[in-house]
Amino acid sequence: MPDKRDKHKSKYTLDRGMPGAFEGETITRRRFMTGTAHGAGAVAAASFALPALGFAFGPIFKSTPHRWEVVGNVDLFPDNNYIPVVLTVTPNIGEAGKTTVYVRKFNPEIDTDAADVDSHTPYIAISSRCAHVGCPVRWVDASERFICPCHGGVYDLLGRRVGGPPVRPLDRFYTRVNGENVEVGPRFSVNSQLRRFSPRDPGEPLDGIGQYLYPSRPGAQKL
Amino acid sequence: MPKLPAPPLPAPLRTPPPRPGQGNGKSGPVEDAKQAGITVVDWVDERTSLSGAARWLMFRKVPKGTNWFYTLGSATMFAFLSQAVTGVFLAMYYRPDPAGGAYESIRYVTNDVFLGQFVRGMHKWGSSVMVVLVFLHMGRTFFFGAYKYPRELNWVIGVVLLILTMVMSFTGYLLPFDQRAYWATIVGVNINGTGPLVGPYLSDFLRGGSEFGATTLSRFYAIHMLLVPGLIAALLGAHLYLVAKLGTTAPPWLKAEKRKELRETEV
Repeated sequence: MPDKRDKHKSKYTLDRGMPGAFEGETITRRRFMTGTAHGAGAVAAASFALPALGFAFGPIFKSTPHRWEVVGNVDLFPDNNYIPVVLTVTPNIGEAGKTTVYVRKFNPEIDTDAADVDSHTPYIAISSRCAHVGCPVRWVDASERFICPCHGGVYDLLGRRVGGPPVRPLDRFYTRVNGENVEVGPRFSVNSQLRRFSPRDPGEPLDGIGQYLYPSRPGAQKL
Repeated sequence: MPKLPAPPLPAPLRTPPPRPGQGNGKSGPVEDAKQAGITVVDWVDERTSLSGAARWLMFRKVPKGTNWFYTLGSATMFAFLSQAVTGVFLAMYYRPDPAGGAYESIRYVTNDVFLGQFVRGMHKWGSSVMVVLVFLHMGRTFFFGAYKYPRELNWVIGVVLLILTMVMSFTGYLLPFDQRAYWATIVGVNINGTGPLVGPYLSDFLRGGSEFGATTLSRFYAIHMLLVPGLIAALLGAHLYLVAKLGTTAPPWLKAEKRKELRETEV
């Protein structure tokens, strides 16, 4: 805010007759000191604030290593029904790091979607994490449906939504056969056409503009 | 010795000056203790001038019609203070260890610590009390029109305090680390994630990664007991300052009284 004095005085130090002034100089010693003090304060504050913020927000950009976990023998899983297996998503935190995955053998008669054929997954591993807000769904054999206890989400044999609030089908996991064992790997999400996407959190639709409104995390990628 | 100015108390509450002949020159222990207290307060006040601020805050003029609804704000503040005190003592026992230690420490507090169940109960039920009081206070402000000029900024601060109270409820809910806490947090974080564009980053920030992990619990604990309480305390100070500075509103059913001469000239 310019005060009254500035109207009468030139902004050039030379015009104001300051000692040591030179042609074209506008920064007085007072202004220089003020600027230096503010700058030093900003540097001091940034030197602890920026590392602290980076420390707190860093996990957003961190990519987690892919884990492959043996879930059973190749003969354990039929191709028309699911066997529940417990997978460790986060190690070393006990029960909180585990999740249930429903596994069955790839069945060319029902797994006709191009994505499934393309991805060459020898086994279909469906996540029990509901695509609404993440409650654990349960495979009900009699009705051939995945049913969520929290808000009534219902999914069919392929994990596609047939009722309730979920916004996309159930997530899946990559699978591979290693010798005699079935291994379950990283998670991926699918849209209602069962097209593959990098993993998204529950509640984030992937149809239409959904995949752009809910970008995948920086560290995640499809296999 | 400087003397504190007398607070503007109504006449019946003021201590009367001693009657002539009552004091006989000797002071008993009660008078000595009283004098010692006055000396200490005077000593501090001479060096800080705090008594002026205290009187500015405490001895305010309030409008006619001020009623019990006006106590909801201080009730909320005392609920917060109760949460702060019980929370500090719960933190002496709590262990944010997701591999079973957190649940075990809460179990220990509830079952084994002397008065542990009581203090934890105060904290647990007090949180609901605080949320209820915040909303009642907000309703009072709204229905009495106390958010209008010049008090808009205090409404804004109040809304931030409401959101911070919700953040406290959300982060505190995970800490017992039982099934209910775990699944409520999963659901809550995922609801955060449904916000377009920023949602996925927000839920990653809350979890400290893409999945519920080893640091999620300690993150929630740090937010619950360090970050948000500090913010609440600071904003509470600003909220109270503005209340004291701007004064409170009269209830809406009271009409402003016109001065007598204005009333007569109106006809």
